[in-house]
Amino acid sequence: MPISLKVNGERIEALVLPRLNLADFLREHLKLTGTHVGCEHGVCGACTVRVDGEIVRSCLMLAVQMHGASVETIEGLSDSGEVADLQAAFRERNALQCGFCTPGMLIAAQDLLKQNSEPDRERIRQHLSGNYCRCTGYQAIIDAVENTARARMGRQS
Amino acid sequence: MKASAFSYVRATSVMNALELLAAHGDKAKVLSGGQSLMPAMNLRLISPELVVDIGGITELRDIAVRGDVLTIGALTRHVDLLKSPEIAAHAPLLTEAIAHVAHPAIRNKGTLGGSLAHADPAAELPACMLALNATIIVNGQAGERRIAAEDFFKGIYETALSGHELLTAVELPVARGNFAHFFCEFARRHGDYAIAGLAAQAVVEGKVFMGLRMAFFAVGDRPLLARAAGRLLNVTVTPAVLSEVSTALAEELDPHGDQQASAPMRRHLAKVLMARCVSALLGGPDLNARGSV
Repeated sequence: MPISLKVNGERIEALVLPRLNLADFLREHLKLTGTHVGCEHGVCGACTVRVDGEIVRSCLMLAVQMHGASVETIEGLSDSGEVADLQAAFRERNALQCGFCTPGMLIAAQDLLKQNSEPDRERIRQHLSGNYCRCTGYQAIIDAVENTARARMGRQS
Repeated sequence: MKASAFSYVRATSVMNALELLAAHGDKAKVLSGGQSLMPAMNLRLISPELVVDIGGITELRDIAVRGDVLTIGALTRHVDLLKSPEIAAHAPLLTEAIAHVAHPAIRNKGTLGGSLAHADPAAELPACMLALNATIIVNGQAGERRIAAEDFFKGIYETALSGHELLTAVELPVARGNFAHFFCEFARRHGDYAIAGLAAQAVVEGKVFMGLRMAFFAVGDRPLLARAAGRLLNVTVTPAVLSEVSTALAEELDPHGDQQASAPMRRHLAKVLMARCVSALLGGPDLNARGSV
């Protein structure tokens, strides 16, 4: 089926099979391999992307459903500098080891920080509860998000 | 895994969706938010020949209050329920429960109608519909059917909905001043399916229940209204009364055991939930002081 969508601000026209999910479309067709595919049934959060400004599981969306939508991936958020400070905080706090979950973590954390500029640790945990990390034990990730929130607040005041 | 091949069509209206379902019967599956359907397809638990995407039918997205009735369109997403001031004012149980439904990325896509039609016995929203005494509205080519929530859920992933019908909305009685609600669930991780859970709505006058609907979930093949709760009405709830009702509840339930919890553990958790619920709703003392559960 023909689809027309925006990916990271760029207009994309493509022909796709109905069974193709958004994660595979981004990775295989557009070679945007920052979106990771873990469980393929919505549990692990590694494939998190933004569609029309809201985070979704790209493994649970069909590419054909994206007709007319605007998709942003970790490549988009990274290149625009939107999450540069968050990425630096993750590096600083050792909030990643293998890095497989990191793109999803960054997108989910950024989503929280956009809605709530001063989340406490419990709120951060809750918002990231849909993203599995098998390396860090999460503490460092929560630290990094908390530090970023504080730094952003500091810059505003 | 990846879903097996299927054809895909975007329904343009409820009527159009019903025509498609009538034409393709059991070979077709309705896609709303896809947060249960897509995992099942990716795991190849189901392989429909045709996916009918109703996601674009905007007429199914309304939340409206008319008189004493709150109507919620089937395509209302979990995130919409969570953020809606109408829901917070008129069905606060839902606002509280939604925070336990999966995770933000899932709530941005998952829909009320999808969750109800899927009928996972461990899901929160079907139990809320029972607690809130909802009417489920389904449409078929022959017309509309209005089904009480208690009659809608039939078993694991089974409902009163036929393959040719579409769940279009739910209607809830608006919560009033003396209504109180309670929601609690036990889960391994915030947002996961519950090991045992309870959604309840009550009418409380003084320290007495004048009405009480306790809907347990994840402790049976469908969400269950506790019959035992009826014995808490119009009486002063003492630890002895609660202990007796709690024993009746345990006898009434027939939970399954799995990797997450054995049947006796689920039965125990249901009793714990009941005690917490009663205590919270009556704003009262710890009725569990005697260690009755």
